Amino acid sequence: MRKLALRTVALGYLALILLGPLSVVFWRAFDKGVGPAWTAVTTPDAVHAFKLTLEITAIAVPANTIFGVLCALLIVRRPFPGKGVLNALVDLPLALSPVVVGFALFLLYGRTGWFGSWLSRHGIQVLFAMPSMILATAFVSIPFVVREVVPVLREIGTDQEQAAETLGASQWQVFRRVTFPAIRWAVAYGVVLTTARSLGEYGAVSVVSGRLAGQTETATLYVSDRYENFDIVGAYAASVVLALMAIVVLVTMNLLRPKEGVH
Amino acid sequence: MGIHVEGVTKRFGSFTALHDVSLDVPQGSLTALLGPSGSGKSTLLRVIAGLERPDAGTVTISGEDATTLAPRKRGVGFVFQHYAAFKHMTVRGNIAFGLKIRKRPRAEVRARVDELLALVQLQPFADRYPSQLSGGQRQRMALARALAVEPNVLLLDEPFGALDTRVRSELREWLHRLHEEVRVTTVFVTHDQEEAMALADEIAVLHDGRIEQVGSPRELYDQPKTPFVMSFVGSAAQLGERWVRQHDLDLRLEPVGGAIEARVERIARLGFEARVELQLADSDTIWAQMTCAELDRLELERGATVWVLANQARVFAERP
Amino acid sequence: MSPFGGLTLGFVVTYLSLIVALPLAALIWQSTKSGATGFWQSLTSPEAVAALKLTLATSLAVALINAVTGTVIAWVLVRDEFPGKGVVNALIDLPFALPTIVAGLTMLALYGPRSPVGIDVAYTRTAIVLALLFVTLPFVVRTVQPVLQELDRELEEAAESLGASNWQTFSRVVFPNLLPGILSGVALAFAKAVGEFGSVVIITGNIPFKTEVSSVYIFGQIESGNTSGAAAASVVLLAISFGILLLIGALRRWTTRHHA
Repeated sequence: MRKLALRTVALGYLALILLGPLSVVFWRAFDKGVGPAWTAVTTPDAVHAFKLTLEITAIAVPANTIFGVLCALLIVRRPFPGKGVLNALVDLPLALSPVVVGFALFLLYGRTGWFGSWLSRHGIQVLFAMPSMILATAFVSIPFVVREVVPVLREIGTDQEQAAETLGASQWQVFRRVTFPAIRWAVAYGVVLTTARSLGEYGAVSVVSGRLAGQTETATLYVSDRYENFDIVGAYAASVVLALMAIVVLVTMNLLRPKEGVH
Repeated sequence: MGIHVEGVTKRFGSFTALHDVSLDVPQGSLTALLGPSGSGKSTLLRVIAGLERPDAGTVTISGEDATTLAPRKRGVGFVFQHYAAFKHMTVRGNIAFGLKIRKRPRAEVRARVDELLALVQLQPFADRYPSQLSGGQRQRMALARALAVEPNVLLLDEPFGALDTRVRSELREWLHRLHEEVRVTTVFVTHDQEEAMALADEIAVLHDGRIEQVGSPRELYDQPKTPFVMSFVGSAAQLGERWVRQHDLDLRLEPVGGAIEARVERIARLGFEARVELQLADSDTIWAQMTCAELDRLELERGATVWVLANQARVFAERP
Repeated sequence: MSPFGGLTLGFVVTYLSLIVALPLAALIWQSTKSGATGFWQSLTSPEAVAALKLTLATSLAVALINAVTGTVIAWVLVRDEFPGKGVVNALIDLPFALPTIVAGLTMLALYGPRSPVGIDVAYTRTAIVLALLFVTLPFVVRTVQPVLQELDRELEEAAESLGASNWQTFSRVVFPNLLPGILSGVALAFAKAVGEFGSVVIITGNIPFKTEVSSVYIFGQIESGNTSGAAAASVVLLAISFGILLLIGALRRWTTRHHA
């Protein structure tokens, strides 16, 4: 009896908060039929926006993955002074407003910023161009691989690695044959989270990109751009594409989650 | 040849695990490092393996100075208490690991793995994963894995500690037969004196980071050099200055010269033998060991007064 | 036992500095540029203060609501069985996977003008709370779920055999074990809510003193070139984020203190 009540409350809340909004995206996108929606997402600006999002993700995710694995190895296997600071910096993007992230980058690379003058003298464009957007995306998605790998590394302990050493393996061989296979599902899950965060980034890139349509607009910026120009169908159509990407991410997350063991 | 440890000291922060320890392990022998937890026995084993670097002293393996060599260069096979099985590889993959690292040809690897699977009797499990094996099977796999690369020295860290009693004694027998066959210098760590006595040719008894005595099981039992060795290898009771083994305590019903008066507190019959708990005049409690037949002859009861004679008592010199 | 030794440390530190540390250092430095008084002025400007108050109030409300609803949902997902449970479990992560701007748009469609369910709360504070409830949904659920799964049923059985009622078993045995998980989920939810931008920027209309949250205020300051105003408010948010991280770290240590 009590179980049924709890279940109703939980599912009711979820329906209200989750399902409603999700179904509305599809409804509004196809408000005037599939045709206009399709046209909206195949305009040059739209295509460019999605391409840009994918390009940025394709750079930020591998970089953060390599960093994530190495950082996790460092944190778990080799304590060093200042480890606490490192941990805090890695976790900070989880708790920090993306607008603040964008603003910090804006200050660093802006004309009056620390790097700004040097960069403009050498004709390197960081702000209002792809480099800053990559940096912003990397910043906000940095924690995920690290946080997924650290507990797994801790749990497997060093015995297997030491055994491999006594059997003659070099450090690289130990990593490739023993350590990495043990953490690969954690890494995979971390990669999915990192990708999701990168695809969906909005606040930080809003600040650093300048939002030039057809040039420095990512998919998420494109959505808000369409909305501000009263192109409702365009905005929702692009949102549908993003929502579909999100669903793919969701499915992948849940397929990988059981395999990753300790969470 | 064999292993020669000279003057090894190892500290962990402010804790000294090994104080100036020296030991000779003869080539081809089966030696036990015996001691309670915290005695430094595992640390000593790991120093020999190269998994720990000593703060002072040297380690020589098969005539070569190995003190600064990485584990992979020492030619040691190491077996861990909790198996350290490569969970994501099959049994075959685990055993083949050392050979694959050395880039041996596939045919050779396969032949050697098959040989070892037969040696440890795990052929039916060759393509299973460690999680599908019992503890005893995993440990046999770990042994096969260590032996695959033909090490000069085989080191085992409490190899049977995680197994239940019956499996433990089976594997003990099995390790003994293996050693007879393979004859590689073997050192194993244990806190179980029965295991050490049953298996080893030579036992080194460790206590608080020092070696108290090295000798054959018989030597250690019959001629202990310190009270610790006497009470750890076998058991002993202390009567004032004298140390005596419980089965060397003689109980009399009448006062006899040199005997101590005591009161019977408890009698326990344990199959063939019996234990009699005695309270001495100075309120110390000791127990005497005898066969049930001897107990019956004495016709003892709780509360009875007896006189205790210590045969073969020992006095140990003060530690310098 | 770290592979590749010093090289790894060097790479990790350099990467982290470039991506995270240097930008933040630039931010902190910028906020000191106008001196202590300038900083204080920007910090205490009426609009900034109003935005911060609104941000903290809504975030706190949302965090507390999540404490309850998140626990209930986690409980149902772990202890209950019903068809489609797997799908529901997967959907919990939707707010994480969905871009915040899309979430904001859908909130507007559902709870704004032309709402299919007749609820119009656009440009009100309720809209902020609704949007924040969406984006913070996964946090408490996902921190409580593993704790519930690990919880030994024998504890509850022991309590029952000693005569405890359902509520007593929950409040005296189960809840204390869940509390650290709930608290860290709440802390994460609070942090997310405080910094949230994409989902609130559309539906709230960003009316200063009414529906403008700190992140939107900062954005506005950047657009109008008021760097010191943006910097001051940013530093406040940075300090809050950092404080929450310390809190979560302390929580983690407090939890493991009880585990031998």
